[in-house]
Amino acid sequence: MAFRLKLVPDHTNFDFFKYQWATFGFSVFLVVASLIITLVMGLNFGIDFKGGTTIRTESIQPLDTGAYRDVLQPLNLGDVAITEVFDPNFRDDQHVASIRVQAQEGDEAITPEVIGQIEAALKTVDPEVKFISTESVGPKVSGELIWTAIWSVLGATAAILIYVWLRFEWQFAVGAVAALVHDVTVTVGIFALFQIKFDLTIIAALLTILGYSINDTVVVFDRLRENLIKYKTMPLREVMNVSVNETLSRTVLTAGTTLLALIALLVLGGDVIRGFVFAMTWGVIIGTYSSVYVAKNIVLFLGIDRDKKPADPSAKFFTEGTADADN
Amino acid sequence: MLQIPLWKRVVIIGLCLLGLAMAAPNLFYPRVEAHNDAVKAFTDSGAMTDAQAAARAGWPDWLPSGLVNLGLDLRGGAHLLAEVKVEEVYKARMDSLWPEARKALAAERATIGAVRRAPSPDDELRIQIGEPSQIARAVEIARTLASPVVTLTGVGQNDIEVTGQGDTIVIRLSEVERVATDDRTMQQSLEIVRRRVDAAGTREPTIVRQGTDRILIEVPGIGSAAELKALIGTTAKLTFQPVISRGSNPDANPGSGNEILPAADEQGVYYVLDKVPVVTGDELTDARPDTDQNGYPAVAFRFNATGARSFGDYTANHIGEPFAIVLDGKVISAPTIQAHIAGGSGIITGRFSVQEATDLALLLRAGALPAGMTFLEERTVGPELGQDSIDAGRVAAMVGLVAVVGFMVASYGLFGVFASIALLINIALIFGFMSMISATLTLPGIAGIVLTMGTAVDANVLVFERIREEMRSAKGPARAIELGYEKAMSAIVDANVTTFITGLILFVLGAGPVRGFAVTLLIGIVTSVFTAIWVTRLMVTLWFARRRPKQLVL
Repeated sequence: MAFRLKLVPDHTNFDFFKYQWATFGFSVFLVVASLIITLVMGLNFGIDFKGGTTIRTESIQPLDTGAYRDVLQPLNLGDVAITEVFDPNFRDDQHVASIRVQAQEGDEAITPEVIGQIEAALKTVDPEVKFISTESVGPKVSGELIWTAIWSVLGATAAILIYVWLRFEWQFAVGAVAALVHDVTVTVGIFALFQIKFDLTIIAALLTILGYSINDTVVVFDRLRENLIKYKTMPLREVMNVSVNETLSRTVLTAGTTLLALIALLVLGGDVIRGFVFAMTWGVIIGTYSSVYVAKNIVLFLGIDRDKKPADPSAKFFTEGTADADN
Repeated sequence: MLQIPLWKRVVIIGLCLLGLAMAAPNLFYPRVEAHNDAVKAFTDSGAMTDAQAAARAGWPDWLPSGLVNLGLDLRGGAHLLAEVKVEEVYKARMDSLWPEARKALAAERATIGAVRRAPSPDDELRIQIGEPSQIARAVEIARTLASPVVTLTGVGQNDIEVTGQGDTIVIRLSEVERVATDDRTMQQSLEIVRRRVDAAGTREPTIVRQGTDRILIEVPGIGSAAELKALIGTTAKLTFQPVISRGSNPDANPGSGNEILPAADEQGVYYVLDKVPVVTGDELTDARPDTDQNGYPAVAFRFNATGARSFGDYTANHIGEPFAIVLDGKVISAPTIQAHIAGGSGIITGRFSVQEATDLALLLRAGALPAGMTFLEERTVGPELGQDSIDAGRVAAMVGLVAVVGFMVASYGLFGVFASIALLINIALIFGFMSMISATLTLPGIAGIVLTMGTAVDANVLVFERIREEMRSAKGPARAIELGYEKAMSAIVDANVTTFITGLILFVLGAGPVRGFAVTLLIGIVTSVFTAIWVTRLMVTLWFARRRPKQLVL
């Protein structure tokens, strides 16, 4: 037999629900802790949500953030944050800084005059400095963007709830959505804990996490539905264990390929999208965890009415469709 | 039994080849782009420079030449979100209504008493009369100033609402007219912005209306948002000038005090014009599409008081002579004066189509921005940063691809090779499809493609795992493969539909780079399901038909 990388043996019989209470308690703890951290520490909102201006500078001179701060001080711009940006892709003489200026009183977007002042001030410190991107968002738009972001996450969750409910049982939908809420909250918590910049692309990442997490959850649900018919008398707990074990190899492989691709992007994809890719990478890990320990746990708690046939016509429709193709 | 009908094979292979062909131009991006620019320049102007001809020859005309658009974050450029202060137009309307109202009311001074304008909010006109008891009569007179609004929904409604309060007549725009006015203001603003940005000759600017009163402007390749703002701020110059003669020689001597200008829409036609304009666009208060007495499309216009006087005097003395309407140094129309045009309003006739009349009216109104703009959001990305992002994305995608392929081959052997080939085809299909619909690739979009690489193999993994399971229950290899595809189907569908839902929501609610991510994600889902189910299955069946293995090694 040829060599095969086998991360998961052919037959596994892990008891995933042995520590049902402990794992569920751990998940609840994670969610609560994330909420507290988010509320206490707050999120490091980017200008998309807070308004203001970020300027990205690049120079062949080593960066002196203190000197930058000193020359910007007299401009009375309010809150100014200067951070040096590091990335393995940068050349040795590539020194990048990100300068964030709060939204100015009375102005929507930043005025060209203010940008001109900032640029002139920085040139006095480092004549070689180049301004390679400037982004400015007014308070009006940033306020709206927050709502768009909240609506999109809620909308996606609701749509998934309805779809899972239609395709499976309501208990599955509750479990799936609980897992989604868990994933989103914990991811937001991580962003608060490490004060990573939270902007519009992170919302996109959150939605992607929703997509990935539900993907994983649904694959196991699908097997569970099948096994519920196959093993009519087996206790629910064991049917679930069998289902998770049967799909374990797939779960590990898919998480593996996705993580491989994402880690490549995380390391090599540049600093501009690092936050975004970090959120997705983290989401794949937490999504894989939650599909077993949150979604399935909840289904186990809620129980399933097994007298009712869990199969539904649409599932049959799809399988019949492929059977035809083989003839 | 393990067969795919011939027509299905043809469709599958055909789709893959089509996708590859569509994606191919992206491998030669700069060359194809230069080719496309040259072709566009040729269709626009009918002429080609040597450099353009060379660029055109760089890519054969018969090959597909659709490219993926690069987003601002990859190409560099400026992005502006502007809000048009539509209310400013209400005030201008009220101000221009006052002289007319005063004239109408003053005619009945005997009954209603002295008339004067009272202070009012910007969007209202308040007129005080001397005899409060006659307010009903005064309102009646003021109502005669109203004209019906012609819109799809507002038929039979007037443009202004007149009410009486004590000794004051209050005039304001009706709701229907406000909507219509806002719409006109926005159209006009869009048109002006578009003309000014186009004049700068940048590549494929995006200028679209967003919501009720916003304009999104994205211009690739421009240095900064400040530059773009300055560009939008410049005023188009409109003049009405006497025509001396018409000819085809651009180098003719126009004579002193005259100038020679090209016609805007006729090649090789030049007009000799008097340098001193009769009226300028600054004095135009309105222009709208209309019809002439014969029912042909025309453009109605109106000047302010000074403009009206000079235009009236000129037309009275030059009936039968042509005069030129000049916009930004080009003669857009040179109609003949049919009659003395008094009162400062008139119509421009010509061989217009309805569309041309509408455009001309828009252009005439488009002399200056109808209302001020506030810039709510602006972003500038330098071309270096964009290029850095492309390079980083490309390297990351390559490494990710190699890792995923290695992992799949190590896990599934030959079947892993099939899945990897399908993955490559999948990526080509994503690019091909994006090129076909000219979708925009952004930096998050690249992340979407890399993510798709990771998840695209999922459907294959589901199938392969299922085949392994079926093999364990001791079925023959053909049956196991068949059952594997069949039984994995519902999981594949469910898993992808849910991801598709989130992608759709991202697409609808997201903007800019995020939408770019949603686009690649959505296309990636569709193509990955197609490649995983049909393309790998085709490969597996072809292999199986040739080898007929007694036992599957998976």
